[in-house]
Amino acid sequence: MDLSELLDIATAHQASQKPIRVHCCTSTGCRAAKALEVFKNLKTAVDDEELSDRVNVVGVGCMGFCGRGPLVQIDPDQMLYEEVKPDEAASIIGAIKGGTAIALKGDVQHPFFARQVKIVREHSGKVDPESIEDYIAVGGYRSLYKAIYELSPAEVVDEITRSGLRGRGGGGYPTGLKWATVAKMPGDQKYVICNGDEGDPGAFMDRSVLESDPHLVLEGMAIAGYAIGANHGFLYVRAEYPLAIQRLQKAIQQAKKYGLLGSQIFESPFDFKVDIRIGAGAFVCGEETALIQSIEGGRGNPRPRPPYPAQSGLWKCPTLINNVETFANISAIIREGSDWYASIGTEKSKGTKIFALTGKIRNNGLIEVPMGITLREIVEEMGGGVPDGEVKAVQTGGPSGGCIPASLLDTPVDYDSLVAIGSMMGSGGMVVMDQETNMVEVAQFYMEFCRGETCGKCVPCRTGTVQLYALLTKLLRHQATQADLDKLESLCYMVQETSLCGLGISAPNPILSTLRYFNHEYIELLQTPSYLNEKVNDKVNGKVTAER
Amino acid sequence: MSVKTLKIDGIDIAIEEGTTLLQAARAAGVPIPTLCHLDGVADVGACRLCLVEVGGSRRLLPACVTEVAEGMEVQTNTPKLQEYRRMAVELLFSEGNHVCAVCVANGNCELQDVAIQVGMDHSRFTYRFPDRGVDVSHQQFGIDHNRCILCTRCVRVCDEIEGAHVWDVAQRGAACYIVSGLNQPWGEVDACTSCGKCVDACPTGAIFRKGSTTGEKERDRAKLEFLVTAREKHEWTR
Repeated sequence: MDLSELLDIATAHQASQKPIRVHCCTSTGCRAAKALEVFKNLKTAVDDEELSDRVNVVGVGCMGFCGRGPLVQIDPDQMLYEEVKPDEAASIIGAIKGGTAIALKGDVQHPFFARQVKIVREHSGKVDPESIEDYIAVGGYRSLYKAIYELSPAEVVDEITRSGLRGRGGGGYPTGLKWATVAKMPGDQKYVICNGDEGDPGAFMDRSVLESDPHLVLEGMAIAGYAIGANHGFLYVRAEYPLAIQRLQKAIQQAKKYGLLGSQIFESPFDFKVDIRIGAGAFVCGEETALIQSIEGGRGNPRPRPPYPAQSGLWKCPTLINNVETFANISAIIREGSDWYASIGTEKSKGTKIFALTGKIRNNGLIEVPMGITLREIVEEMGGGVPDGEVKAVQTGGPSGGCIPASLLDTPVDYDSLVAIGSMMGSGGMVVMDQETNMVEVAQFYMEFCRGETCGKCVPCRTGTVQLYALLTKLLRHQATQADLDKLESLCYMVQETSLCGLGISAPNPILSTLRYFNHEYIELLQTPSYLNEKVNDKVNGKVTAER
Repeated sequence: MSVKTLKIDGIDIAIEEGTTLLQAARAAGVPIPTLCHLDGVADVGACRLCLVEVGGSRRLLPACVTEVAEGMEVQTNTPKLQEYRRMAVELLFSEGNHVCAVCVANGNCELQDVAIQVGMDHSRFTYRFPDRGVDVSHQQFGIDHNRCILCTRCVRVCDEIEGAHVWDVAQRGAACYIVSGLNQPWGEVDACTSCGKCVDACPTGAIFRKGSTTGEKERDRAKLEFLVTAREKHEWTR
């Protein structure tokens, strides 16, 4: 495979396409709403209407508006249909011939779509994730070629550094610095790992990227391998994402067949193979050292850092480990240049970030927005606000993040601003809560999650989370006193400061942020004489029988 | 090998490169409480009792796995550390069923010693009174999971010194327990050589010799040291 062959594939594939492409989302979210039946019916309808010489029906990845799935889009008309039912499929095809579609029409000019800036999700919902030709036709693997033939490994690292890209897994560590560290480490054997163990409740960005555009991630990993001098990459995906795994396996096979992965990529001396490792359902394996242990076949326990994986990672070799979304940015940076990337976003947070906008909000789904956009713009303009109510808080960063009150909605979304107000970017979950939400219950929910997901290695995280959960439960039963509340707070700081890995360090964040912004809700739950008297009176009056 | 100079609690100390802060502190005569650390086996940094404050570092660092560096300024006993250590020990006491009065290790127990060292007289946290079971299927030994603090010393000593790897950790979080063989009763694990190193390594009364009663557990810690020296330096003396 050389460049001309790659371009030939693109041209041949484009030529084979029919004038009209009907895109039907076949990702997990829409599948749950019978997208596969819609897809089948669309295909049948094309045959029935004898349009098969003009119309292609393509199963594509996520289009973003997951709350209104299944989605069908007609290219080049830009027509979008939402909540398509299987029996409405035929009318959509009929509309191409001039009939009337009975399916719900979507508004592609809505801020939900219009405010997005798509870098990672550029081809998502447009290309068939199971066809490498589709990806090559939109310019795929050309960045890899450019990296190998036009740039030295050091220049690639330099491009990434100058782009200002920061790790999209949540911590926001400068990606270029990480790459430079691994590249400069001595040693013949190095590894690239892609962390696809997305586990935050309410977050599904990485799943969508892997399902919708698997080659984009593979290309990013290969470029990373070239830049740091690694010939082997691992994609760690959680077992709960079977469709992503299946599509990745297919993508790897296709890329190998074309010589875009494996030995002598683009007939250069650069070798890079990618293997998939499937997680076994542990949230903590998203922590890099636990993930490495898991790939090695051990129990997924984190270990103290340093040494960082960049020095001693997989099988004690220097290892580059980045999140799915981080790798998905690489191809665009190499193609368009670091200056272009650095022009998007804020001073310290560059580029875009995908958020999974969920909760009490009109428009649920995935959005890719430039860094620096305010929470208000996301929630009120793009998300359409809370149906029948007002926003009370926005939770970002999952169990590691915090709750941001409505009064701070004008905060720009970037790494540092979110940390400053007690939350964090996290991997990109964004849960909107309305006035009905009890913030102590929210804190309890996240603590229950952490309590169940701690690996149990270090004391503060293993037993501290259990005690924090017990204290919150006590509060919610109106049995807690001010002393319990003080204990809750001091234990939060203890767990935060003494835990071994990021899970424990960030586990108290939901409590601390709600204590900070919704303190009155905690105070209201405290045991009061009047509440106790009521209880006693209820017992005396026989309203409560034998409480044990 | 070069030498690093550093300050621990204001005491100047010069020590070989590659030693840990814990070793350096001990050499300087500064006591740091530990539970999961055991001389002779790998450190895991799990009990978090040996956390210290290092100048220039935002995070508290575990002394057992942090190597000394030139010019380090280490504080081992600040009020914050004292409070966190006490809390950690309280959490351990509330997690299991640690009733000294009926324990084989009473008076000879590292958890008890650490509790006294950090000044813990009661636990502010609710006792959980777990029902974790006791395995006495082995001919000579028994394990009472209720007294286990999951320090994994037994796991490491069996794996690294004896080479049998009878023990490991099963489940996660609050459900964690030390598992023998492939989750079999200890007595049915063929790999167990009945060497008793896990009994010697256990800081509490969780793993014990059968037939011993309250306060009777004794350990032969010198045996482990002897074996490690014998293997590493080929010196067969104790």
